[in-house]
Amino acid sequence: MSRPVRFNIKEKDTKDWGINKVQMPEGHMGDGFFATSFDKVVGLARKNSIWPLPFATSCCGIEFMATMGSHYDLGRFGAERVGFSPRQCDLLMVMGTIAKKMGPVVKQVYLQMAEPRWVIAVGACASSGGIFDTYSVLQGIDQVVPVDVYVPGCPPRPEAIIDGVLKIQELIHNESLRRRNGDQYKGLMEFYDIQ
Amino acid sequence: MALTNEIIKSRLTEKFGEAVTGMEEPYGLLSVTVPRDLNLKVLNFLYDEPDLSFRFLTDLTAVHYPERTGEEICVVYHLHNLVANIRARVKIYAPVSNPDVYTATGLFSGANWMERETYDFFGVNFVGHPNLKRILNVDEMDYFPLRKEFPLEDQTRIDKDDDMFGR
Repeated sequence: MSRPVRFNIKEKDTKDWGINKVQMPEGHMGDGFFATSFDKVVGLARKNSIWPLPFATSCCGIEFMATMGSHYDLGRFGAERVGFSPRQCDLLMVMGTIAKKMGPVVKQVYLQMAEPRWVIAVGACASSGGIFDTYSVLQGIDQVVPVDVYVPGCPPRPEAIIDGVLKIQELIHNESLRRRNGDQYKGLMEFYDIQ
Repeated sequence: MALTNEIIKSRLTEKFGEAVTGMEEPYGLLSVTVPRDLNLKVLNFLYDEPDLSFRFLTDLTAVHYPERTGEEICVVYHLHNLVANIRARVKIYAPVSNPDVYTATGLFSGANWMERETYDFFGVNFVGHPNLKRILNVDEMDYFPLRKEFPLEDQTRIDKDDDMFGR
């Protein structure tokens, strides 16, 4: 007897699985159309297809490798594609101690990224210099580039890095399309002497 | 006859007499102090003599002794005779106000970067060095960070509690 082949048409109840599905944005729906505001659609698309650029210099980078691995798998959040060209990436992830001599390199990588771009400082060293309160270490990458999310920990666990990326997703989702033309943002760029 | 510390000591006193001082052997490693204008002569002597032939410069660094007035900066050469497997240490002292020392780059090519590093961290001015500029620290640094008068901590921070960070 042949095996019955059929599609799984039963809707599974995933409510209790703790799975966050991407929610439909607010809008008006009718027969054959759906109307919503443009920045909601753009935010939705951007937030679920982040291309991270890992700038890993020490042990936080090892934690990031675990985060990208199959057990934690950042790919579940749409950030599967790790790019190593700043021109293609949206999210600069700085993980590890940045020596003062490397500060200009971080800044140049940031400058090479196209707008819109986000920065996440993973770990105590990237956020504040950490235990390296010394003449040779940059006391936080926010001295050279603007940072959106700081992840504490020395090093942070993969869960914490994922939480930081989720915070970035929230920022991306709620960002207005005009934010990067605003005076506040221009002032921020001027503060960092960018353009 | 195998090379020993006694032979090195007697050869040095034979050649340089009273100029070689401070002979000691901590953990069996011979250590001598020479006047700073004789450093190249002593290194050349140790290099050229067939029975001594210290032909490898293991390390070149400096130490800052703020309490020794007039000889605050000590430059240390670690030498190695690769044939007899004997090591020796040559020290010279210079005042911090005028830390001029003759370069050893003519004798050991490996001294080039080590002297740059020593300049970078202690400000020792190696006279005759082909390219004496900072090697590890940022170029815009305006002090020599391993001199004792400079605190180790980064002084640009304003958000740390001084009582907890030893300032």
